[in-house]
Amino acid sequence: MMTRPNFFLTALLAIGCAGMSGGCKPSAVESKGEAAGEPIKIGQFASLTGKEATFGISSDEGTTLAVEEINAAGGVLGRKLKLLTEDTQSKPGEPATVVNKLIARDGVVAILGEVASSRSLEAAPICQQSQIPMISPSSTNPKVTEVGDYIFRVCFIDPFQGTVMANFARKTLQAKTVAVFTDAKSDYSKGLAKFFKEKFVANGGTIAVELDYNGGDKDFKAQLTAIKAANPDAVFVPGYYTDAALICVQAKQLGLNVPFMGGDGWESEKLVEIGREAVEGQYFSTHYHPDVGSEQSKQFLQHYRARWQGKTPDALAACAYDSVIVLADAFKRAGSTEGPKVRDALAATKDFAAVTGNISIDTHRDASKAAVILQVKDGKYKYLETVAP
Amino acid sequence: MTEVFQQLINGLALGAIYGLIALGYTMVYGVLRFINFAHGDVFMLGAFAGYFFAPAVNRFLPAQSYLGGALVLIASMAVCALIGMVIEFLAYRPLRNRPKLTVLITAIGVSLLIEYTCQHAAVFGAAPRKFPDLIPATTWHVGGLVIASTQVIVLVTTLSLLIALRFIVQKTKVGTAMRAVSFNEQAAVLMGVNLNRIISFTFGLGSALAAAGGILYAMNYSSIEPLMGVQTGLKAFVAAVVGGIGNLPGAALGGLILGIVETFAGGIPGLSNYRDGIAFAILILILLFRPSGLLGKPQIEKV
Repeated sequence: MMTRPNFFLTALLAIGCAGMSGGCKPSAVESKGEAAGEPIKIGQFASLTGKEATFGISSDEGTTLAVEEINAAGGVLGRKLKLLTEDTQSKPGEPATVVNKLIARDGVVAILGEVASSRSLEAAPICQQSQIPMISPSSTNPKVTEVGDYIFRVCFIDPFQGTVMANFARKTLQAKTVAVFTDAKSDYSKGLAKFFKEKFVANGGTIAVELDYNGGDKDFKAQLTAIKAANPDAVFVPGYYTDAALICVQAKQLGLNVPFMGGDGWESEKLVEIGREAVEGQYFSTHYHPDVGSEQSKQFLQHYRARWQGKTPDALAACAYDSVIVLADAFKRAGSTEGPKVRDALAATKDFAAVTGNISIDTHRDASKAAVILQVKDGKYKYLETVAP
Repeated sequence: MTEVFQQLINGLALGAIYGLIALGYTMVYGVLRFINFAHGDVFMLGAFAGYFFAPAVNRFLPAQSYLGGALVLIASMAVCALIGMVIEFLAYRPLRNRPKLTVLITAIGVSLLIEYTCQHAAVFGAAPRKFPDLIPATTWHVGGLVIASTQVIVLVTTLSLLIALRFIVQKTKVGTAMRAVSFNEQAAVLMGVNLNRIISFTFGLGSALAAAGGILYAMNYSSIEPLMGVQTGLKAFVAAVVGGIGNLPGAALGGLILGIVETFAGGIPGLSNYRDGIAFAILILILLFRPSGLLGKPQIEKV
C-alpha cells in the first residue's frame, strides 16, 4: 500500500534510465540522493499476506513505529528515514523478486526482513552480492547469517532455542520420550528439530518417533495417528502457527492428549483463533513477552499500544523494532550509509540496549540473547520463565 | 493393529472427499472430453460458501446441529452449481467448436483467475481462516479406535451423494441424455437432446459435488484458504485418471485408493515427507500399465 506512489516514481525512473545508454546502477541513485540530503531509504520485505501473514504484519508494525520515532527525534545523520515495504505473500520465490526490486530500482541502503528463515535465506545472497547490509529481525536458522558478512540478525539462533525447549521438555515437563513433527519444507523447522533432538537425547531422553509434514498441509491425521501409536510423553512441533494450530486441533480429535511444544514460529493470535481449546496449555519459546523486560521494553509497550490501537506487541514486532534501532545506531557510528561502512559498524554493535534485551553482535553476526517460555492460558500467552544463554 | 484400522478410517474419510471431487472431473470429461482445471477452485469456493452461510443459518437454527449443517451443505452446493454453470457459459461455451487444447488452456486460466482474485484482500484474503464447526463435534471410542463425528458424516454424505448421482445418471431423463451426449454427441443432438442444457447441467452437478467435497474437507480439517483447491484438486484429478477418466464408479474408487495409500504413507516415519508425491507415483504406474485406468475401458482409435 505504502509503496504504491513510490512504485510509479521508481517505474518512471527505471524507464528514464533505460532510455539512457549508461543503464541504471543503484549506487548512482544512492549518491544522488545523499548529495541532495534526501531521506535514507530502507527496504523491508515481510509476509504481509498468506499463511504467515501475522508475522509480516507484526514486523511491519514494529518497524514502522521505530522509523516514525527516529524521524520524530530528528532522523539519523541529519536525514530522515524512509521505509519501503514489500510483501512476500508468505511464498517462496517472492523474496528474491521484491528484494531485487528494492535494491536495484528503489536504491535502498539496507534491507530488513524476514521472519521465516527460508525466505530470509532467499534474500540474503542478493544483499550480500550487492553489498547491502541485511538485518533479519527474527529468522533463527543459523544458515541465514552464514550466507556472508553483510547478513545480520537481532535474535537468538535455533541451536539455543532447541536447547531451551529440550531442557524444558526434559526437566520441567519431565518427559522421557518425545515425538518430533517437522515441516519438511521449512529450513527453520528442520534446524530447530535437529537441535532439539540432539539436546533432548543428550539429556537422557528418547525420541519416540519422527514424522514430517509439508507446510500448508491441512490433513495431519495420518502422522498424528502414528505419533499416538508411539505413545510419547510430549510432542515437539517446530513449525509455524497455522500448521501448529491445525495439528493441535486434529491431535485432540484423535485423542492424543499430551503436551505440545513449539518455537517462536507459534507466536501469533491466529494460533489461538484456529486452535481454540486444542492449544490451551501448550508451550512455546520466543524472544519477548510484554510482562517482562527492561525500561526500554516498557516504553516500547506503551508506544506500540498508542500507535496501533491498543494492540499488545508480540515478539516479532519487538524484534522488528530492534532491527531498526540497531541499524540506525550503526548509521550513526558509521557516519555514513555506505554498505561496507554500515556493515563494519553493525558488526561492532556491543551491549546495545534494545527492547528484547541487550544486543551484542557476535562473530557469526548473530545476537546472543535470552529466550522466554510461554504457555497458552485462556486464549492468552502466559509468561513462564526466562532462559539466559 | 489399532493403528492400521485408525489409519484406514482417516484414509477413507480423505479418500471419500477426493472421490467426490474426482466425480466432477470425470463427468465433464465424459461429456466434453476435456479436463476442467478450475474444478479444484470450485471446491475451494464451496468451502468458502459454507463459511459464509454458517452464521446466516445459525440465526434461525442452533449452531452445530445436523439440520443446520445439512442446510449449509445444500445452500453451498446450490451456489457452486450456479458458479459451475456460469464458468461453463462464459469461458467454455464460446470455445465449444475450437480445438480441445484451447479449452484446456482456458480452464487453467479460469483456475488462476479464481485463485488470485480470491487471494485479494478485498475478496477472501490469503490468510487461512478457521472453518466453523457445523455439526456437534463428538468422538466415539470403539476399542482403541477414535472416530470423529465429522469422519462419519463425510462417509455418510459421500455415500448418499453417490447413490443420488447414480440415480440421476441411470434413471432420469436428463441422465439418459447425459449418457447419450457422452456416447455420441451428434447423434444425441439429432435425437432432440438440448446439448447446451445437458452440458450446463453436467457442470452444475459436478460443481455441486465439488462444493460438498469442500464443505466436508473444511469440516474435517477445520481451516480454509483460497489455494486449498490446488493440491486437493490435482489429487482428485489423479484419482479420476486412476479410476479411469469418464467412469463414475472409477472416480470414487480412485479417490478411495489415493486417500488410503496417502494416509498410510503419512504414518510411516521417513516416508511421511513424500505423501504428496505418492499420488503422482501411482498416476505414473497406472499410466504405464493400465493407461485407461482401473475401471476404464480401453478405447480403440480408428485410423
